[in-house]
Amino acid sequence: MRRYAYAIPYWLWIGLFVIAPIILIVYYSFFDIEGHFSLVNYETFFTPVYLRMTFNSFWYAFLITAISLVIAYPTAYLLTKTKHKQLWLLLIILPTWVNLLLKAYAFLGLFGTYGAVNVLLETIGIGTKQLLFTDFSFVFVSVYIFIPFMILPIFNALEKLNPSLIDAARDLGASEWTTFRRVIFPLTLDGVKAGCQAVFIPSLSLFMLTRLIAGNRVITLGTAVEQHFLVTQNWGMGATIAVFLMIAMAGIMILTGNKKWGVRQ
Amino acid sequence: MDDRVIIRFDHVTKQYDHDLPVLDDVSFEIERGKFYTLLGPSGCGKTTILRLIAGFIEPTKGDIYFHEKRINNVPANKRQVNTVFQDYALFPHLNVFENVAFGLRIKKMPKADIERKVKEALRFVNLEGYEQRAIHEMSGGQRQRVAIARAIVNEPDVLLLDEPLSALDLKLRTEMQYELRELQRRLGITFIFVTHDQEEALAMSDEIFVLNKGKIEQRGTPKDIYDEPVNRFVADFIGESNIISGTMIDDFVVEFANQQFTCVDHGFAKNERVDIVIRPEDLELTTIEHGKLHVRVDSVLFRGVHYELCCYDAYGNEWLVHSTKKAEIGDEIGLHFEPEAIHVMKQSGGE
Repeated sequence: MRRYAYAIPYWLWIGLFVIAPIILIVYYSFFDIEGHFSLVNYETFFTPVYLRMTFNSFWYAFLITAISLVIAYPTAYLLTKTKHKQLWLLLIILPTWVNLLLKAYAFLGLFGTYGAVNVLLETIGIGTKQLLFTDFSFVFVSVYIFIPFMILPIFNALEKLNPSLIDAARDLGASEWTTFRRVIFPLTLDGVKAGCQAVFIPSLSLFMLTRLIAGNRVITLGTAVEQHFLVTQNWGMGATIAVFLMIAMAGIMILTGNKKWGVRQ
Repeated sequence: MDDRVIIRFDHVTKQYDHDLPVLDDVSFEIERGKFYTLLGPSGCGKTTILRLIAGFIEPTKGDIYFHEKRINNVPANKRQVNTVFQDYALFPHLNVFENVAFGLRIKKMPKADIERKVKEALRFVNLEGYEQRAIHEMSGGQRQRVAIARAIVNEPDVLLLDEPLSALDLKLRTEMQYELRELQRRLGITFIFVTHDQEEALAMSDEIFVLNKGKIEQRGTPKDIYDEPVNRFVADFIGESNIISGTMIDDFVVEFANQQFTCVDHGFAKNERVDIVIRPEDLELTTIEHGKLHVRVDSVLFRGVHYELCCYDAYGNEWLVHSTKKAEIGDEIGLHFEPEAIHVMKQSGGE
């Protein structure tokens, strides 16, 4: 019986901060703004305004994930080849310890009309550009923020890869590219999936960045949830959107679920 | 140049950074259709030679020739050699069939041919019917066979085997030794086998290279190397032996253990200091009067086919004897041996 006692804090935590909130959200989603029980929020969700928002959320989350992956994979690969792995890894992890808002404000300074980037553009003769409050800056900053979460699992997967498998592929006639395509990538797919999960899911519900960096030009589901709870006070609608977000996230978790290759010697 | 020669090393050195070279100015040639073994302790450079042939690393100095074409910079995927790795290096995400088919698929061979060749290769290693198995469902010995099938299906000119039996238990290892030897005969291609196990080397090879500290100490048939080791290192590494210092008095006369003996060796300088090898099985138990050496039995071990006796002579030299006759600890006995049993070697500096 003692063993079960150790699990009590865990179950309390899960119950109070995971299960109860989910039940509450689902419960709230069935009430309209007047406090009457109804399915109106679900109807509203399927109107073009919200469908567009959903599409936007997915599109930007996809862009952020895809760009992160394209940058992170080669970076992680390079990292496994460098001499001072731990140092480089630390430098990549370090920014994740800084608060997200602080980093967002830092970019406000960098990308602002009189910011460092524009000063540079001015000096090399391109001229001042509107950088803030664009799709570009939103995706750029998001990728910057999420990329360590993509690099780490891929790096780990590459580190675990038995180097003699690469020798074996080359020995059997595979060029470097074929070796990557047929051996390295398939065997690090678990890391790629984990990284995509870690980036895609939080990107779906981003909201502070959409306002600070994208100046509300990008409205995602995350923004909508925040607006409904804090501005329009339509908790029911906010909860409904949250329900859909959770369903989407659960779906992604299942889709990218890890398949084990079995025990390697 | 002799067209039986497939691989030729011409003063090849391999050195990492500023460390001592792992391979030090090595030259040799490998002929078609023979079973070669690179034998030596860990760090002697045997695996380095294999990796140089496979193309995983490039020599620091010297040249490697394949069919008399210099291949120093030819990448591994463009060489007609295949490797069986120490840890087998089977692809865990592919099943047995796909592992074996890997090389053929890269060559873009037609599907039907791949099917036929893979089946054939698996039959060769007695793994028919295992095509759809996952690698983790296979035992160590079976993985070993998959690794061999995956290599030979590509019909390489040379098969490289990097200590492929070291992970197997004794019984399976002995079985695989027979199988590998048999496989090499049937395929008729050159095998280059790396091991640190001298028994394995003696049992399987046409020719053995004994390596030490990045150099080839001796190359020859198993019998040559066993019977006529060139120095103390080789004698010591190949089988159990009694190695003691002596002096070559004249041609056919050698002195050790304070006595002079007739031997079959000659060509040394007069009174040259030499090392003497006498194999334990060449020493015969006899009475003190009939023995050439007078020793006291220190310990006796029963080894199944023979007794292993450890004896000392009056000068403190240790004599290991393999005999079917038994003696008791503390017995004073004589040891007899034929002149041919004495192997005289040049003393190697400082070893």
